[in-house]
Amino acid sequence: MSIASILFAALFYLAAITLAGGLAYRIADYARTPAPLKIPTTPAPTTTGGVVFRMAREVFLFESLFKSNLWIWLFSILFHFGLALVLLRHLRYFTEPVWSWVVLLQPFGTYAAFPMVIGLAGLWARRFLVERIRYISTPSDHLMLALLLAIGLSGLSMKWLVHTDVVALKTFFLGLMRFDVEPLPASGLLYLHLGLVATLMLIFPFSKLLHAPGVFFSPSRNQVDNPREKRHLAPWAAEMEK
Amino acid sequence: MAAEITAPAYRVIPIVPALKPDAMEGVKPFVASEKIQDALGFPGTLPDDWHERAIAKMGELLKKYRSLKVYLDACVHCGACTDKCHYFIGTQDPKNMPVARQDLLRSVYRRYFTLPGKLFPKLVGARDLTKEVLDEWYSYYHQCSECRRCSVFCPYGIDTAEITMAARDILDAVGYGQKYSNEIIGKVHTIGNNLGLPGPALENTMEGLEEDVKEDTGIDVRFPIDVQGAEVLLITPSADFFAEPHIDSLIGYAKVFHAAGVSWTLSSMSSEAANFGLFIGNYEQMRKVALRIRQAALDLGVKRIIVGECGHAWRVAYSFWNTLAGIGAGADDPYALMLQKQLDQRHKQPTHICEYTWDLIQRDALKFDKTKNDHLVITFHDSCNVARASRMGDEPGGQFDIPRNIIRAVANNFVDMDENTIREKTFCCGGGGGLLTDDLLDLRVKGALPRMEALQAVVDSHGVNYLAAICAICKTQFSKTLPYYGFNMRMIGGVHQLVSNAIILENKQ
Repeated sequence: MSIASILFAALFYLAAITLAGGLAYRIADYARTPAPLKIPTTPAPTTTGGVVFRMAREVFLFESLFKSNLWIWLFSILFHFGLALVLLRHLRYFTEPVWSWVVLLQPFGTYAAFPMVIGLAGLWARRFLVERIRYISTPSDHLMLALLLAIGLSGLSMKWLVHTDVVALKTFFLGLMRFDVEPLPASGLLYLHLGLVATLMLIFPFSKLLHAPGVFFSPSRNQVDNPREKRHLAPWAAEMEK
Repeated sequence: MAAEITAPAYRVIPIVPALKPDAMEGVKPFVASEKIQDALGFPGTLPDDWHERAIAKMGELLKKYRSLKVYLDACVHCGACTDKCHYFIGTQDPKNMPVARQDLLRSVYRRYFTLPGKLFPKLVGARDLTKEVLDEWYSYYHQCSECRRCSVFCPYGIDTAEITMAARDILDAVGYGQKYSNEIIGKVHTIGNNLGLPGPALENTMEGLEEDVKEDTGIDVRFPIDVQGAEVLLITPSADFFAEPHIDSLIGYAKVFHAAGVSWTLSSMSSEAANFGLFIGNYEQMRKVALRIRQAALDLGVKRIIVGECGHAWRVAYSFWNTLAGIGAGADDPYALMLQKQLDQRHKQPTHICEYTWDLIQRDALKFDKTKNDHLVITFHDSCNVARASRMGDEPGGQFDIPRNIIRAVANNFVDMDENTIREKTFCCGGGGGLLTDDLLDLRVKGALPRMEALQAVVDSHGVNYLAAICAICKTQFSKTLPYYGFNMRMIGGVHQLVSNAIILENKQ
């Protein structure tokens, strides 16, 4: 067993625990913080079903972003949908036998890395080229895009340039899932790819990547527009009436 | 402030302006005096331990408001909002871009409440809270009118108004309040309206209006006040009692009530729809102001509460009154039921005056001579709080359609402005959110730019000469700023002013 195998096994356990625990903590924190006032951005749906539909349009179509700026929308869609397909494709390294729909997805997932990388490059270019966005960009904004881009490019390189032993890789990850460390193929590019992915998992719950769970808790998007019909009262506000 | 205030030039094509960093640095409204602060229970001046208090207040708000917590975490700096704020467009100061305005607070949040900000402040744009930062907050959080236009375009619905309100609440908690808003809230608490107009003065004004309308129309239209057992309690912005053009819409409401044959009343104790507690983001102050209306409704035994033309007041009435004071429906707690049982629940509580008038029009209960408005070519300015923070009628978007329907029912010439500047994309007048004060006039003139551009376009193409609005702040702001853009200040008027012009009345016994 190589040192690298043990180190990466430890890293991925740490990353998985941080990601899951961190996100669970954040989500619980958002959920238990009250929204004392009705503040949906109107016009807003008047029913719960309507809110689900609004949220679905926001999450799957980026509706508000579409209204706002077509360039950001285009690059964001390319990146996020590319990433989603790529992630789903990667399920094949964690399932045996591979689920049939993941098999069907394989060609799409393979090529989705290209729009993903193009989208990231476009989003990053805006941070240099558009004066307003240059002004608001922090070092972490750049680093986050660099990290995602490096993940995409290292992954693409292994697919198209320097193949790695995916059978052995899959054995490694299946092993991790039964708490058994199998040897990880010795490949610099693979080490890089995995190291970056683990980094992303580690910083997710502490960074602006919280926009992913955050959108579901945004009162301006998730509230039903019915303040006249139903009294809405936060527990801390109800105390004032006693 | 510049020695001479001038309007910025129209953009040739309404594209995004280049940045002028620090163009509005140090621009700020007068700070509240100790006396004003004391009256609201805020510290009178900056205490020695202001830093600890500010951070503690931020921590408290983060526990009480999900909006604040989620919005401070979720922003990815995508830039979608950067060109959406009228103050940015008018001033070109990058700190007036919604995301940059949020970051003034977010940077401090990150420093004191997040792990990366504690460990690597430079990396994530976190910074210590210093007196300079506090001054910057005071300046730039009073260059936001809390209009929510940015929230329409944000992929996560981040509403800068929520951030601005939190910042102002923190500022108040460390004795750094704004004179204009806080002085006004104090007047409401003691006298019952923003203007500090006492009951007898109000009665005089109403008597004067009865005489004026009698003279104009020959009809005895009443302006009742403190009438026990009236069906309707009218809650309207106090500017309607004396300011031009506001008063013409008050006359319009009275004529509608007259034509409908309904008994109505004002309350001298609660003679204000405006609620500046919203502007300073303070729940307790906002609740205290709203409770006067609850009290008036209980005291007078009314069956309906109708709200006059006022933007943020309608937001508070529609969205918050039920929460703050139990004015509405659907409660199961004794506190709210006390009033909800008294109110006639066949009607929406509260009702906007436009909802009321439109309902009468649909039932053919009002008669109009539309030619009385033929000298006017009308356009409609959607007021931000009505457009993006409330509703009228049963359908989403009723807040856009109902006022326009009324205008079309009482006048022949109506045209809308550019679709990117109306409905939920409407631009703020430039004076909302507690900024309607002369010490911010330069900002107000600049902030009006996008609306003035859209107005100029329909003036040129359709000869528009009447800008209708249903907000007391919009009316005052435009009266003041229209001349800077070469328009007649009398172009601005209310929707019920048009109703008043055209309505056909009969004497009632």
